[in-house]
Amino acid sequence: MATTTATTRRRRATKTPLEPTSREIETYDRPKLVVPVDPNRDHFQGPVKAPLTLVEYGDYQCPFCGAAYPEVKLVQKALGPKLRFVFRNFPLTNVHEHAMLAAETAEAAGAQGKFWEMHDFLYEHQETIGDHTVAQGYAVMLGLDIDRFESEIRQHVHVKRIKEDFMGGVRSGVNGTPTFYVNGLRHDGPAEAKAIIKSLTTKS
Amino acid sequence: MVLAFYPADWSPVCTDQMSLYAMVMTEFKKFNAEVLGLSVDGIWCHLAFAKDRKLNFPLLSDFEPKGDISRKYGAYKANIGESARALFVIDANGIVRWSQLSPDGVNPGADGILAALEQLNKPKT
Repeated sequence: MATTTATTRRRRATKTPLEPTSREIETYDRPKLVVPVDPNRDHFQGPVKAPLTLVEYGDYQCPFCGAAYPEVKLVQKALGPKLRFVFRNFPLTNVHEHAMLAAETAEAAGAQGKFWEMHDFLYEHQETIGDHTVAQGYAVMLGLDIDRFESEIRQHVHVKRIKEDFMGGVRSGVNGTPTFYVNGLRHDGPAEAKAIIKSLTTKS
Repeated sequence: MVLAFYPADWSPVCTDQMSLYAMVMTEFKKFNAEVLGLSVDGIWCHLAFAKDRKLNFPLLSDFEPKGDISRKYGAYKANIGESARALFVIDANGIVRWSQLSPDGVNPGADGILAALEQLNKPKT
């Protein structure tokens, strides 16, 4: 007759609860995106009801984000209308002195409907990020109301939103830039198109 | 108190775990929490690293006897001679209230710590 149950998997007494086993990955819960995508607030590309969603938390001055930029384009090209891509700000202001200004620049363009144009421009001209006049010149080319654009940046109108993005990222387990979420779960693999596509299209 | 064991200074990413905690410090402070980082790197290495990444909390050096503190917390990888990425949230009475060991190569971020601090600070009803 069984008097006790389920006591067979006792830990060895010499091991403390956290002793590394290199098998942590099997029990690790990948952090979840705790701020759901809001089409009325978030910047997104692709159909609003696309079956797959990729969210990036990024910094315009971060070289790793710069390297990931063409990878995201490849992912978008490969998945086409099946994918909705969202970008949120995660400026690492303690190591990147121009990151906040660049995020404000993109948001100020976004306020006039040209977020993605400026987003792409900033990543494609990342080496000029310390010189705001370059982005300003592009804003003129885009036909933005430059007085409004500049005044919003000067008055830090978009900083509140950028900080909201940042804190939402922190609560979702953003651990550096870029951090990607595939269908609401953190992508812990490489920031490369192949790995991201695999992560997006594999049922978990 | 938040005690964060990590493998090594100078990891080659823009925001490693410690820089992230420096940026989230205002949130930790809301819970009255102090943060301590700990690895087996020496003091001079820590000083240079902390200066470069503008860290605003102390780094402890588990250098001599090497890994001694990490071992006591069960957060030492003897095979590679580094601390594991392990997090502990310790209350004012010195009791570990939350801990997490991350898989190899996975930087845990700050969400688990903030959730644990929130839980700890919940008004008792």
